[in-house]
Amino acid sequence: MSHDGRASLQVSRASIYEGSDATALQVQDLNFGYKGSPVLEAVSFTLKAGEFAVLLGPNGAGKTTLFSLITRLYDYRQGNIRVGEFDLQQHPDRAHARMGVVFQQPTLDLDLTVKQNLAYFGALHGMAPGLARQRAMEQLARLEVQESLNSRVRHLSGGQRRRVEIARGLLHEPRLLLLDEPTVGLDIASRRGLVEHVHRLCREQGVAVLWATHLIDEVDPSDRVILLHRGRVRAQGSVTDMLVQADVATLSEAYDRFVQGVPS
Amino acid sequence: MNLAAYGHCLRGVVGRELLRFLHQRSRFVAALVRPLVWLFVFAAGFRMALGVAMTEPYQTYVLYEVYIVPGLMGMIQLFNGMQSSLSMVYDREMGSMRVLLVSPFPRGYLLMCKLLAGTLVSILQVYVFLAIAYAYGVQVPLLGYVLVLPALIVTGFLVGALGMLLSSAVHQLENFAGIMNFVIFPMFFLSSALYPLWRLQEGSELIYRIALFNPFTHAVEMIRFALYEQLNSEATLIVLATTLVLLWLAMIAYNPAKGMMTRRGGPSGE
Repeated sequence: MSHDGRASLQVSRASIYEGSDATALQVQDLNFGYKGSPVLEAVSFTLKAGEFAVLLGPNGAGKTTLFSLITRLYDYRQGNIRVGEFDLQQHPDRAHARMGVVFQQPTLDLDLTVKQNLAYFGALHGMAPGLARQRAMEQLARLEVQESLNSRVRHLSGGQRRRVEIARGLLHEPRLLLLDEPTVGLDIASRRGLVEHVHRLCREQGVAVLWATHLIDEVDPSDRVILLHRGRVRAQGSVTDMLVQADVATLSEAYDRFVQGVPS
Repeated sequence: MNLAAYGHCLRGVVGRELLRFLHQRSRFVAALVRPLVWLFVFAAGFRMALGVAMTEPYQTYVLYEVYIVPGLMGMIQLFNGMQSSLSMVYDREMGSMRVLLVSPFPRGYLLMCKLLAGTLVSILQVYVFLAIAYAYGVQVPLLGYVLVLPALIVTGFLVGALGMLLSSAVHQLENFAGIMNFVIFPMFFLSSALYPLWRLQEGSELIYRIALFNPFTHAVEMIRFALYEQLNSEATLIVLATTLVLLWLAMIAYNPAKGMMTRRGGPSGE
């Protein structure tokens, strides 16, 4: 992140949001397996408020499983996950209230309008209809899809649907936004637009973002990268750190080195 | 989360279910045509072959159309409950079950909201069916239409909880055909929906025994008595107890720590 005055102001605002504890997400020594075969092994990383981290890894690396554990679709027995200051297993309600999620599969009701979809989600977070409507307008405007408020989701393009899903994920003003391969199925222009939008959200609102992808070109030089492969974190740090660790010139080479250096 | 927030959550889930139902007009039509075909065609044919002797709660001999109506009301709810379960399998595949499950409210509460929403949709269908039956000439005491409401709520939860339990175990959409064959048809035919129990007993002692064990039999009897302003306490207790057990099992199935989702690897686990 650049160190101009604006950025540091936003960082300080983000830390006010989080109080003294500026950690948005902490995953510690997480192990998980299906039917005895390990999917995640000793996964640890920390995400600070206002930080944009890319969870980079090939298909089958365990990214979706990690998301399922953080969103509590499955439970873990070994390791620990904290969202803000709340332990996920001890305070699932508070942890959920602080996280917004954009799932890999589309999850909007196609036959309902954007407004109805967002109203439903607002209700799931205990919001009164008026508040949900107001937040929906704000978030849709921020993502530049406000004109689709009364359209049926079926009539929106893939890129618009994704933006609506991100708006929905931010409706309850979470401090942490999780996105699981959000650009799947989008054309290059929509993909780039989405990446830029979420970076802006991260800067302007101090939301910590965990963006899972297998596409290296979605990584911005200012991002943190967590490289997951075969269920283990192979490397993590800034893009520069990765290049230094791998002793190469580009992130793509670093990725190849970390991924291919692992015996199958 | 305060009480108002819980209320908003319930309103949201119920509202969505109703909106979805209204958008699926073909589902509504199918839900109505099915029992009406039974009433108009099957019952009309059978009234000649099958007279129903006086049996509780009827005060007199009744036509077969009259006898069959409570069973058809149960059938509407049974189909609706299984269809909700289908929609949960579908929802889960589409991921919107995940959206429900990342809500900060307790899982048990969310599933209860979902069940209540499905139950209300089924009750809506039942009353439309009753209105058509009324016009056709199958009429019960006016108070019966009100008194049957609690029985319909309990039956809605019974079949809804059963469907929810099945939805946590069924992987694919195609399996709804299996649910039809192995759940809906046996529950419907091996019950007192189409024939009184004593008639089943005359036919086969075994089928009679099975029907006695079938909670759907008791749900139909609870509805039948309520329609005629009576309380069948035995049937009601059996239905309530079964519903509680099924609810408990469904909650376990959707609990991330104990449920089958973890063991199975989940809906789209890689």
